[in-house]
Amino acid sequence: MDGIYRVMDVLLPADMFRYVFMKNALLAMLLLTPLLALLGTMAVNQRMAFFSDALGHGALAGVGLGMLLGVQNITLSLVLFGLVWAVMISRINRSGSASADTIISVFSSTGIALGLLILSRGGKFSSYSSLLTGDILSVTGTDILWLLLALIAGIVCWVLLYNQLTLTALNPDLALSRGIKTKWVEYAFVCLVAVAVMLAIRWVGVLLINALLILPAAAARNLSRNAAQHSLFAVLISVFSGVTGLILAYQWDTGVGAAVVLVAAVIYFVSYFLGRILNR
Amino acid sequence: MNLDKILRADPHSACRLCRVAVKGLTVTAQGETLLSDVSLHIHCGQLTALVGPNGAGKTTFIRALLSQVPYHGVIEHQDAQGKHFGAIRTGYVPQHFPFDRKMPLTVCDLMASAMSKRPVWLGTGKSTRALARQTLAIAHADSLMERKLGNLSGGELQRVLLALALYPLPDLLILDEPVSGMDQNGLSLFLDVVTELTRSHHLAILLVSHDWAVVRRYADHVVLLDKRVRAEGTPGEVFESPAFRELFPVSAYPEQAEGAS
Repeated sequence: MDGIYRVMDVLLPADMFRYVFMKNALLAMLLLTPLLALLGTMAVNQRMAFFSDALGHGALAGVGLGMLLGVQNITLSLVLFGLVWAVMISRINRSGSASADTIISVFSSTGIALGLLILSRGGKFSSYSSLLTGDILSVTGTDILWLLLALIAGIVCWVLLYNQLTLTALNPDLALSRGIKTKWVEYAFVCLVAVAVMLAIRWVGVLLINALLILPAAAARNLSRNAAQHSLFAVLISVFSGVTGLILAYQWDTGVGAAVVLVAAVIYFVSYFLGRILNR
Repeated sequence: MNLDKILRADPHSACRLCRVAVKGLTVTAQGETLLSDVSLHIHCGQLTALVGPNGAGKTTFIRALLSQVPYHGVIEHQDAQGKHFGAIRTGYVPQHFPFDRKMPLTVCDLMASAMSKRPVWLGTGKSTRALARQTLAIAHADSLMERKLGNLSGGELQRVLLALALYPLPDLLILDEPVSGMDQNGLSLFLDVVTELTRSHHLAILLVSHDWAVVRRYADHVVLLDKRVRAEGTPGEVFESPAFRELFPVSAYPEQAEGAS
């Protein structure tokens, strides 16, 4: 890591990046935002924005259950619980017994309630409140290596899955008739989103994680004509929001996650009006 | 002369499949019989038209062919000797194609994501692009390459979906009321392509249609379906059959429909 820090000192002579925690935060941002943006493009195409919301809210329950079972590693309990939670949501959703928004509300509130119940025992919730808003300034060098691995693994999966997911998102019957195992493609996708969301949630926070997944992809969609543009713009918007948000939060002395999401939200509204003008 | 040998010698001359044989096909859902004991052959090199009133089970029949619904009975792919033949390639042009019209996806993206292993978000390579253009050209849709899928008209979309169904070249091509979203010009272009393919590539084509003029003009074989097979034969034979007049009492004048086209 020291080598990377020295390179950063040369490239970023700005005052704020003298601190190691700011360097770490910047690196984490540069690793997290592209992965979430790429996955976000398909979450938007699949109309799964609320799914990832329910998934994120499950994080509280994940941490709580992990604590009850004596799992020391919070990230491990988050990822394992995230996978189970995601598969449960999609299974029940696939069965078609209730509409998607109902199912997702049920899971969302169950996740929060279960998490609050366990974590608030003995009035100790305040020590977990950083889960809600995230704390990217506490990222360590080891965390960054994990994020790097996650980004690489995520991109590999994204190369293998993308075309099949595109056809499935467009029209499942067409995908099926072309021999695509749509069910497994969709499960693979929700699991990938689950892992990415759970890895990011400690740094971004339960309340804001979904925004970081959806907003850049939604903004990019307003401006793109084709799939390559959609991914490219989403990544650019996401990285830009992440870095700008980090700098603004430092200047204003506010929470990082909130600043990042606000920047992304501003870009979304600009893209909305730009898109309307472009499509005229 | 051993026909099979010649066919094998030149893999481009024809598919090795000879017919799809359906025997005793029965489909039930929630206690209701959708199809009952349907037996028929769909031959290669022929356009078989499937006609029948609404709710006759035409779409169910297609879903069974595509293995998308559970069924009783046998659907067998046979070669020229009547021997069982393994998995076949099926091209399917659906009747309804609901999709998110705001999705940022061009015709080229769609073709490439079906043709190439390279993920479309990394852009499309030259050779895939050329292949997509050639395939689209078969359905007179190559000029639509860079158009956004959501901005296509009904007929344009049908031509793109037809082109997509032709890659890889299928043994059996299923067209579920493909003409519903098309203008007159698009319709004749489309059906000319379909007929040309039946002859040149020896495809088996199954066409679901309500347009008697189209059926009379293009079909080699017609099957009248109403839960079971009610009549079968040439267009003339089926349109003259008592079963046809019973099921279509009002519009049972296909001769007039042809005169009007």
